[in-house]
Amino acid sequence: MSQIIAEELAKKQKEISVAEFFERNKHILGFGNRTRALITSVKEGVDNALDACEDASILPDIYVEIKNHDDGECIIIVEDNGPGIIKQQIPHIFGRLLYGSRFHAIRQSRGQQGIGISAVVLYGQLTTGKHTKIISKIEQDRPAIITNLVIDTNKNRAEIINTDTIHWDKQNGTRVEVSIIADFKRGKKYVYDYLQSTSIVNPHARITYKEPDGTIHIFERTAEQLPQKAEEIKPHPYGVELGTLIKIAKNTKARQLNSFLKTEFSSMGDRTSNAVIEKAGLDKNINPKDMTRDQFLALHKTFKEIKIMAPSTDCLSPIGETLIKRSLKTETQEISPEFIITSSRPPSVHSGNPFQVEVGLVYGGNLPKEGPVKILRFANRIPLLYQQGDCLITQAISSIDWRRYGLTQPAGKGIPTGPAIFMAHISSTQIPYTSESKEAIADVEEIEDEVKLAFRECARKVQKHINKKVSRVKTREKFDLITRILPEIAKKSAHMLDKPVPSLDPIITKIMDVVWIEDVVEYEKVNRKPVQTTLAQEGAEKPRENVITKSKIMVVNYKRNSQKFNLYAIIPKDAVVGTVTPKPIKITSNYIKWSFDSIPPAEKVDVSFELAGLEKGDFDENDLYVENINPAYVIGADKWEGD
Amino acid sequence: MVNKDYSQVLTKIDMIAEKIYNDLQETKIPYLNLPTRTKANIKFDDKLSVWKYGKSSTERNAKSLDGAYMILRTMYMADFIKEMIKVKKSSTLREMYYISEGWDLAKFHSQDESNLLAEDLEVITNCMREDFKLRPEEDGARVIGNLTIDEMTRNNTKKKIHCQDDVGDAGYSIPYNVEKDKITIKSCDADFIVAIETGGMFDRLVENGFDKSNRAVLVHLKGQPARSTRRFIKRLSTEKKLPVLVFTDCDPWSYRIFASVAYGAIKTAHISEYLATPSSQYLGVTPSDIENYELPTDTLTTEDIGALKSELTDPRFQDNFWKGEIKLQLKMGRKSEQQALAKYGLDYVTDTYLPEKLSEMGIIKK
Repeated sequence: MSQIIAEELAKKQKEISVAEFFERNKHILGFGNRTRALITSVKEGVDNALDACEDASILPDIYVEIKNHDDGECIIIVEDNGPGIIKQQIPHIFGRLLYGSRFHAIRQSRGQQGIGISAVVLYGQLTTGKHTKIISKIEQDRPAIITNLVIDTNKNRAEIINTDTIHWDKQNGTRVEVSIIADFKRGKKYVYDYLQSTSIVNPHARITYKEPDGTIHIFERTAEQLPQKAEEIKPHPYGVELGTLIKIAKNTKARQLNSFLKTEFSSMGDRTSNAVIEKAGLDKNINPKDMTRDQFLALHKTFKEIKIMAPSTDCLSPIGETLIKRSLKTETQEISPEFIITSSRPPSVHSGNPFQVEVGLVYGGNLPKEGPVKILRFANRIPLLYQQGDCLITQAISSIDWRRYGLTQPAGKGIPTGPAIFMAHISSTQIPYTSESKEAIADVEEIEDEVKLAFRECARKVQKHINKKVSRVKTREKFDLITRILPEIAKKSAHMLDKPVPSLDPIITKIMDVVWIEDVVEYEKVNRKPVQTTLAQEGAEKPRENVITKSKIMVVNYKRNSQKFNLYAIIPKDAVVGTVTPKPIKITSNYIKWSFDSIPPAEKVDVSFELAGLEKGDFDENDLYVENINPAYVIGADKWEGD
Repeated sequence: MVNKDYSQVLTKIDMIAEKIYNDLQETKIPYLNLPTRTKANIKFDDKLSVWKYGKSSTERNAKSLDGAYMILRTMYMADFIKEMIKVKKSSTLREMYYISEGWDLAKFHSQDESNLLAEDLEVITNCMREDFKLRPEEDGARVIGNLTIDEMTRNNTKKKIHCQDDVGDAGYSIPYNVEKDKITIKSCDADFIVAIETGGMFDRLVENGFDKSNRAVLVHLKGQPARSTRRFIKRLSTEKKLPVLVFTDCDPWSYRIFASVAYGAIKTAHISEYLATPSSQYLGVTPSDIENYELPTDTLTTEDIGALKSELTDPRFQDNFWKGEIKLQLKMGRKSEQQALAKYGLDYVTDTYLPEKLSEMGIIKK
């Protein structure tokens, strides 16, 4: 009897089709509503395009177009200049869910989920019943392949409607056209924000975006170099889960436990492996394939108890401070911000996963003074658009008191208000998201600490900038006073009395009573190579741009006696030093030092230096310090605190 | 116009230029000293019976940007005044403000700035604005009463004007210059002067013939009175020995109008003895009147209350009368207007209120 029931039931049990799975889980996959569907579709297309270009070491040039019909149907077109896809692979990449190469590798990558572009294809065919069109070309001299396909949802395989060769002007690349039901009216702003944000963290990419009404936005490339390739690394013992450990042991070629640990994990040398094995009470010669669950459990537990070196951080590909600053500058041009400050932390580790934090802060200009600051969150060069409140980045910003940096913040907590944009980028082999939709980063202490440290460093730089600005205003006033107003007073009084104009020099030193340092940074386009005067030359091998950054510093002694002191100018690490006058007594990778033996009263000394290897705006403010003189006597430079 | 002797004014102006020039030559940071022009620095001058600036002074020096600008502007203004005296022209304060547009670094950002500096210049040189050939924008107010004035017209002829027979209902208009080279008070047959804040009340008294029935000279103050109006009242009162009664609304701002007529204004305390009439008395409307006459009222605003409290610390309001009235008003929390007297009919003010108040003050006998 019971057997009959079981058989009856078995008849009802069947494989759930991919389509059903998708339909039931579309909210987790980012297709929860028509607005989200639009953004997710664009996002998957663009991510795919960027990855394709980077894998082939091609500077991405991506074209995104949305066509919108009244009935809510949108055609999304994403085109790249990547290596193209061979004919046989097209059905796999676009026609199968959970298919990809990224899912298994441990390195920083955009995707991680492997749901990718095929989900968009499926969403399109489910909502519009239309197929997806893919054009791809892999070589200049070959024709392009055009493929129309849908996904056979029972088999999770592509069903090719037709395929043909066509002529395509492009040298190589891929173009995808998907029709989906989406809400463009509501999603419009998000699509723009997403593409702009993507451009900020991908300065090597050029993105062109055409809206349904024909408006074209171009997010220009600001870096001509591809990001450093993230190396693939082996899992670190701190981050591995028991199940994964058992799985790796099943597949390993190693026959002994100690060689298994050394070959399959990072940071495991002889000494550490033996220490782990000993502490776990295991035999180092045991074949991992023969280990029991209890033995794995002991091994896994011991991992956490032994000090193991942090994993190598080659697997990360941070953007870099100079490029972040440059991107933020380009994207905020219309706002003409007062300053952009960036800060970057050294790599760190959370449960065996390397990560690195980079942050930026844009302040002032035409940014709205009312309302909370804008927070731009990024993980592995992907903008996070939703669930801002649940994100660790937001929490880290909220925990810092921003009130003395020109922002409003009730009780010194929470998201500050004021004309600012906060940006944070976290690169990691494993981003700990709060949920499957991957929109917010979970509360991991190590990461939060690093984000806070990065923003605190930014805040200190802001404070310095504010101080400099205040002293600059004062300096400007004094300078106006002695160079314009005082001579005018002298002239007028002499004129009224019909007498000669009196000399002002002694009064000027009396009024000023400081050593006054003023500087200006200029850019010159040149074709020549800079003359090098350096002692140690660290950045010499970097490619030279044809812009020379020229810094001119004027030092005037407005004190009543001669002055002797040292002057330091900070230079960026990635710059190459050109001509320096007068002759400095020292040049290191981050500063130039001059020594002035004696500057007589009312005398002026002109100091200048050239920097190459930077773009216009990378170095836009001198950072000057003085030594062997009371800093209170100096306007325009701070006290040198040592190297 | 009679040619006034300006040589003394010129000397005083040049003294400023010399002071600055000498500072520069002696390698001193140039500076100018002038009395602090605030409420805290006005003192009662027993000899003149008016409020004058006290001993505290402010130094404006070229060490700071503001001080240097002030000195430069002072020089430009002084030079401009010299030039006007030379070519026998005068200008309004507003005209001077516009002329300063061409002064490059020394130009003013608002007319308030240039007006204040003109006053500073008066204070520094001990001259009057009129000596500088600067005149205000606003004209003086109106007068009706049994008096005759000789006014020097622009054709350099004297014109005799009787302030009842030769004028319409609007009265005689007080010119901006009321010094002796411009007007002479020939004769006056009246017992007292009533200075009235609002035009409406002035016209009511004129229509009711109060000037004739009570032998009064009526002067319309037009709110905070212009210098020439105050100077005219001062001359008429001293030359013809007439008491001055000030009749205003019942609020803190009106009390300040009275104070500027009687004691001198804080802004012009350097020339109080020319402008103020210390014997002036406040007729009403007083806070006590509100109670006694049961006048219609409004609630005091926060600004009103602030102004009343500030008057309690103003050295000009320190006598028992004012302290009592201001405290009473703060307690009532109400204010009233002159024209609220119309509650009892159009003739009530002339038939009842003024005769009662004036006899109470001993000006007229019942």
